[in-house]
Amino acid sequence: MAELLFWPALLLYGEAAVGYLGDVRRPGRAGRAATWGVRLGWLAQTALLAVQATRDDGFPWGTWASSLDLFVWLVVSAYLIWGCRRRFRLLGLIVMPLAVTLLVVARAGGGTGIGSASHYSNLFLVVHVGLVLAAFAGFTLAAALSGLYIWQERRLQTRPATILRRQMPALATLDSLALRTVAWSVPLLTLGAVVGLVRLVARGDRLDALIAVTGATWLVFCAYLGLRLLGGWTGRRSAYLALAGFALVVVVRLALPASHFA
Amino acid sequence: MMRLVLVGTSHHHAPVELREQVALGRKDAEALAARLAGGGREATFLSTCNRTEVYVAAEHADEAERDAAAALASLGPEVEPALYRLQDRAAAHHLFRVAAGLDSLVPGEGEILGQVRVAHELGTTGPLLDRVFSQALHAGRKVRSQTAIGESPASVSAAAAALAEQVFGSLDGRSILLLGAGKVSEQAARNLRSRGAEISLVANSRTERERIAEQLASVDVVIASTSATGLVLEADTVADALRRRRGRRLLLVDLAVPRDLDPAIGELDGCYLYDIDDLEQIVVETLSLRRREAERAEAIVAAEAEKFHEWHASLDVVPAIASLRARAEEIREAELQKAESLLGRLDESQRRAVEAVTAQIVNKLLHLPTVRMKQAAAAADGVLYAEAVRHLFGLGEDER
Repeated sequence: MAELLFWPALLLYGEAAVGYLGDVRRPGRAGRAATWGVRLGWLAQTALLAVQATRDDGFPWGTWASSLDLFVWLVVSAYLIWGCRRRFRLLGLIVMPLAVTLLVVARAGGGTGIGSASHYSNLFLVVHVGLVLAAFAGFTLAAALSGLYIWQERRLQTRPATILRRQMPALATLDSLALRTVAWSVPLLTLGAVVGLVRLVARGDRLDALIAVTGATWLVFCAYLGLRLLGGWTGRRSAYLALAGFALVVVVRLALPASHFA
Repeated sequence: MMRLVLVGTSHHHAPVELREQVALGRKDAEALAARLAGGGREATFLSTCNRTEVYVAAEHADEAERDAAAALASLGPEVEPALYRLQDRAAAHHLFRVAAGLDSLVPGEGEILGQVRVAHELGTTGPLLDRVFSQALHAGRKVRSQTAIGESPASVSAAAAALAEQVFGSLDGRSILLLGAGKVSEQAARNLRSRGAEISLVANSRTERERIAEQLASVDVVIASTSATGLVLEADTVADALRRRRGRRLLLVDLAVPRDLDPAIGELDGCYLYDIDDLEQIVVETLSLRRREAERAEAIVAAEAEKFHEWHASLDVVPAIASLRARAEEIREAELQKAESLLGRLDESQRRAVEAVTAQIVNKLLHLPTVRMKQAAAAADGVLYAEAVRHLFGLGEDER
C-alpha cells in the first residue's frame, strides 16, 4: 500500500518540478499543471503518512529517513498555503525539486515504507520531532522566499527590459511573508527543542553536536526576528540572514543520521 | 431567420478627423439605436475613440446594412468610403475580436470590454444581439483570464505604475513626490493614484530643495519630469534621506530629457531608479509579449465565434425540428387514444409505463435527426435539410 502511494506522490511532485520549469519558459498551462501536481502529490503523500501511522501503530517518524519524509510533507504543506498562487509559481521552482530530492533520499533510507513501531512515545514524536520539523519546514520556506527576494531585487536594480514579463510577488510581499513565516517557526522550534532538552536531562544523556547546531539555528532566527522587529532591518540584509539560518538547517538535517539516530 | 449586420469604421480605416464625425455620446447612441431598431429589428452602437460600429439584427440583411450605413453617413457624410460591412459569422467574429482587444490600437487593452458592455446596455436589443454581445463579453473575459495579453503595461506611465507594484505590492496609501508637472509625469501620477497611491508634494524647481529633501525621507515613489537643464536630485541628497528611511524602499522614475535624477542614485541600497529609456524598452518588450499572446487569443476568439455560429445557424432549423416533434407527439397521442379500449384495462402505474415507453420511442427516434439537422445548419445546409424534413413528414401542409 505504501508503495502504491509513494510513487504517485513522487511522480506528481516531479511533474510539478518540471511543470514549474516549463512555466518559466512559457507561463500558462505548464504552471497550472504543476500546481495540480503539487496538490495531488500532497494528497498522495498525506495518505502515505496516514497508512504508515496506521500500520506502524503510531507516528512513523522514529528514524532519520521517516522524519525526512515528514519534513518534505511539511515543506510542501507550507508551500501549499499560498505558494500555488500564480505570482508565486517561481517559488515552486525552488521548493518542488528540493521536495523530490529529499523524498528520494527518504525512500533510500527506508523512510517511506512500512517499518516497525518506533521506540519513542507518540507524544514525544509529535511534540519534539513534529514541532522541530515544522519549524525547519518554515525556515526552508522563508529561505526560499528570501532567495526569491534577492533575485527579484537584483533584477529590479539591473533594469532588464523583461522585468515585467513574468508576474512576480512584490518585494514588500516577499519580505513580509518571510518575516511572518519565521515568526511562526521560531516558537515551534523553541517548544520542540525544550521538550527534547527536558527528555535529555531526564534520561541523563549528553548534548551532542546536532543539538548545538540546532541551538545555533535557533539563535540565528531569533536574531533575525529581533533585528527585523526592533533593529529596523528589512530587505536584502534580512534575506541573507534567513539564508544563513537555512544553511544551519541543512547541516542539522545532514547530521541527523550521524548523531541522534546513530 | 434574423441576420446579424455590422457597419462601422475604426482606426484601421479612418483618420481621427473622420472618426470624430461619427463618434457618439451615450444618449445619442441610445436614441439612434432606438430609431434604427424600428420594425422588429434590434440595433446598437459601439462608439469609442477608435471606432464607431452599428450592429443590427434584422430579417433582411441588405436593407438593414443600407439603413445602418445611412445612419452613420448622416453623422458624417465623408465617412462613407471608410465604412466596412460584415454579416452574420464575420460580423460576430469581428465583435468577439473587438471585445478581446485584438482589434485595438494596443493589442489586449482592457477598456474596450467595458465599452462593449455599455453598447449592449444602451442598445435596443433582442434575442440575437443579446446573445452575440453576451458571448462577445464572455470571449473577452476568457481571453484575459487564459492569456497574458492584458497583463503587461502598454505605456510608459503604466509601466511606471507596474514597477511600483513590483516593489511595493498594493499601492494603497503609498505616497508620491512629483518633481515637475509634465504631461507624462501627470499620466504616471494618475496611474499610480488610480491604484491607491497619494501625491504628497508637487515641486516645480530646484529652489524647493529643502522641501524635496524633507519629503524624500517619507515618500515611496519619486516621479521627475522637469524641464531643468541640470540634475534636480543628486545621489548625496538621496543617500542622506536613506539614512532616515530605516531601510524603506524608494522607487525613482526619471521621465525627463535631459535627466533630472543623478544616475548614481541607482547604485544606492534600497533605491530602484528607472529613466525614460528603461521604461520605453520595457514597453517595447511588453508590447511584443502582447503580440505573441494575441495568437493564443485569436484561437480562443475563433472557437467562441464558432459556437455562436452554430447557435445562430441552428435557428434555421429550429422551426422544422419543433414541427417534427409536435407531429410525432400528435401521432403518439392519437395512437394511444385508438388503443384506449385495451389500455382501459390497465391500472394507473401500467398506463404510466406505456406512456413513458411511447414517449421514449419518439424521443430516441427523433434524437439523431435533430442532431444531424443542427449539424447541417452549422455547415450551411440547414435550410435544405429543413425543407426535406418538412416535405418527407408533410409538416405544415395543413396550413398550406
